[in-house]
Amino acid sequence: MTVTDDLVSYEDALASYDPVMGLEVHVELGTRTKMFCGCSTELGAEPNSQVCPTCLGLPGSLPVVNAVGVESAIKIGLALNCEIAQWCRFARKNYFYPDMPKNFQTSQYDEPIAFNGYLDVALEDGEVFRVEIERAHMEEDTGKSTHIGGATGRIHGASHSLLDYNRAGIPLIEIVTKPIEGAGERAPEVARAYVAELRELIRALGVSEARMEMGQMRCDVNLSLRPHGTEKFGTRSETKNVNSLRSVERAARFEIQRHAAVLSGGGTIIQETRHFHEEDGSTTSGRIKEEAEDYRYFPEPDLVPVAPSREWVEELRATLPELPRVRRERLREEWGISDHEMQSVLNAGAIDLIVATVDAGAPADQARKWWMGELARRSNEDGVELAALPITPAQVARVCALVAEGKLNDKLARQVIEGVLAGEGDPDQVVDKRGLAVVSDEGALGAAVDEAIAGNPGIADKIRDGKVAAAGALVGAVMKATRGQADAARVRELILERLGVQG
Amino acid sequence: MPGITREEVAHLGRLSRLELKDEELDHFAGQLDEIIGAVARVSEVAGEDVPPTSHPLPLTNVMRPDVVRPSLTPRQALSGAPAQEQQRFKVPQILGED
Repeated sequence: MTVTDDLVSYEDALASYDPVMGLEVHVELGTRTKMFCGCSTELGAEPNSQVCPTCLGLPGSLPVVNAVGVESAIKIGLALNCEIAQWCRFARKNYFYPDMPKNFQTSQYDEPIAFNGYLDVALEDGEVFRVEIERAHMEEDTGKSTHIGGATGRIHGASHSLLDYNRAGIPLIEIVTKPIEGAGERAPEVARAYVAELRELIRALGVSEARMEMGQMRCDVNLSLRPHGTEKFGTRSETKNVNSLRSVERAARFEIQRHAAVLSGGGTIIQETRHFHEEDGSTTSGRIKEEAEDYRYFPEPDLVPVAPSREWVEELRATLPELPRVRRERLREEWGISDHEMQSVLNAGAIDLIVATVDAGAPADQARKWWMGELARRSNEDGVELAALPITPAQVARVCALVAEGKLNDKLARQVIEGVLAGEGDPDQVVDKRGLAVVSDEGALGAAVDEAIAGNPGIADKIRDGKVAAAGALVGAVMKATRGQADAARVRELILERLGVQG
Repeated sequence: MPGITREEVAHLGRLSRLELKDEELDHFAGQLDEIIGAVARVSEVAGEDVPPTSHPLPLTNVMRPDVVRPSLTPRQALSGAPAQEQQRFKVPQILGED
C-alpha cells in the first residue's frame, strides 16, 4: 500500500545537500482538567463522558483558562531558557475538520507565552548541540476520530467517521524550534536527541509524563535540503505525528534521502504534510499544507489576555528542578562512568531507577550492573519498560546487600531477581523459598574442595607449581558440585590454602 | 486600498467550504470590498496611541483553579447530535476518494 519513493543513499544525499530541520513537539499537560473548562482529563473514560458545553462549542458557553496550564507553560518556557511574554493572548485557528466541535482550535498565534530560548542536547558521544527554540505556546488537543468503512481505519475510503471529544480541550504546549542548521549528517541524531532531552525535561518539571507511546508527546519533523554552500532554505516537507524517538530519527533520515532523490533528479519538493509509517520507516504524501493565513487566526474574544507578573515568573523560576542534562552530568561523575555509558543508562530509562536503588543503600556500580544487565535484558525480552518490571529499587538494593554480605553470589542473586520478577515476594522470601543461600558451611565447602582437588590431580599439580590461574577450573568444579550455591571467592581461597599457594 | 479579486473570493469560498457560482464570485467580490473598506476606516481613527483590543473589558489573568467539575453525561452530550453511533458523534465522510 505504501508508495515507494525513489531514494538515494544517505551518504550520497549528504555529499550534495545540507539538511535543515524544524521540530514541532506537542506535549499534553498532565493537568487534572482541560485547558478551558473543568472537564476531567483522566484517560480511559467511556466516549463523550468528559465533555461539557464549553469543549463541545455549544452556543453561550464561555472558556476560562486553567491556571495550572498557564503555570506549566511558563515553567516549560523557563526551562527552555525562553523569555516569558509580559502580555499575550489566545487566538482562534479556524479550520473545517470535525475533530474540533468549535470549528476552531484555541491556540496562540503571534503572541506566544514563551519565545526565544534554547535547549542543549548531548549526542551519543557526548558532543553537545544547541537547539534554538523559536517559541512555546499554549493550545488545546483535538477529539479522537474513528474512521468507519475504509481499509484499516484510514480516513481515505471511509464512509463516515465517529468522534469522541473527551480529548478535545486537553491542554497542549507546542514547542517549536528555530531552523536547525549545521547538524549535517548528524541531523537525524540531533532530532532524536532533542526530542529525548525535551522529554526528560518535561518529566523533570513534572508537567507531563510525556509518554510518546500514549500520544502524550508527539513530534512533527520539518525538513528541507539545500545544496552545500547555499544559504537559502529549500522547500520543506512536514512529517506529522512521529511518535517514538527511533521514528523521529528514521523519519528525518528517510526525508533526507527522499528529498535528495527528488532534487538530484531535477524535480521540486512539494510543500506538504507527510505521514510516517512505523513498519518500514517511510513517509507518504498527506495533504498540501495550508498557509498560515488560511487559518484566519484572530485574537480569541472570549478569553482575556494572560499577563504573567514578573514576580510570578520569578517564583516559578525558583521552583525549577535541576535540569536533566546537568543532573546526568553530576550523576555521571558520581558514578564514575563514561559519556557513552551514561547515554546507555539514559536510553534504557534507568537513571531514576539507579538513583533510587543507590538511595536505598546500594553502591552505584552494583545498582547500575543489575539495572543495565539482568533487568535491562528482561525488559527487552518482555517488551516492557524497565520501570514497569515488577521489581522495586529497594528490592534490587536488598539483593546488592545480600551479595555484599556474602549471603548470595552473582549467580544466586540472578535467581533471586528472577524470583522477585515472578512474584515470589521480596528477595529474602525468595532466598528462603528457593533455598538459595550461599553454602557458607566451611565443612561442606571444604569437602567439596577436597573432592575437586582429588578428582583433578593434574590441575592441582599445576597450581602447586605456581600456575594460580588454573585454580579457575577447580573453582568451577566446586561451583558445579554445590549447584552454584558457593561463594566463588571463598572457594578459591580454600583451594589455594589447601594447595599451599599464595593467591 | 486594492480591490478584492474573484480569485480571492474563490479561495475564501474554498476555505469556508462554500460552493460559489461564477456570478456569485463577482457579486461577493464587490460586497467584500465594501465591507473591508468600511472596517478599514477604523484604522484611520486609531492612532499610534490606541492599542489594538480584542476584549471590551480591561481584564487580564482571569484563570480558574485546576479542579474537576461535573461533565455532561454522554446522553446529554449527544442529545443535539444529528447522528450518533457507538456513543460517538457521527459525521459524514471527511475526505472523498482522492
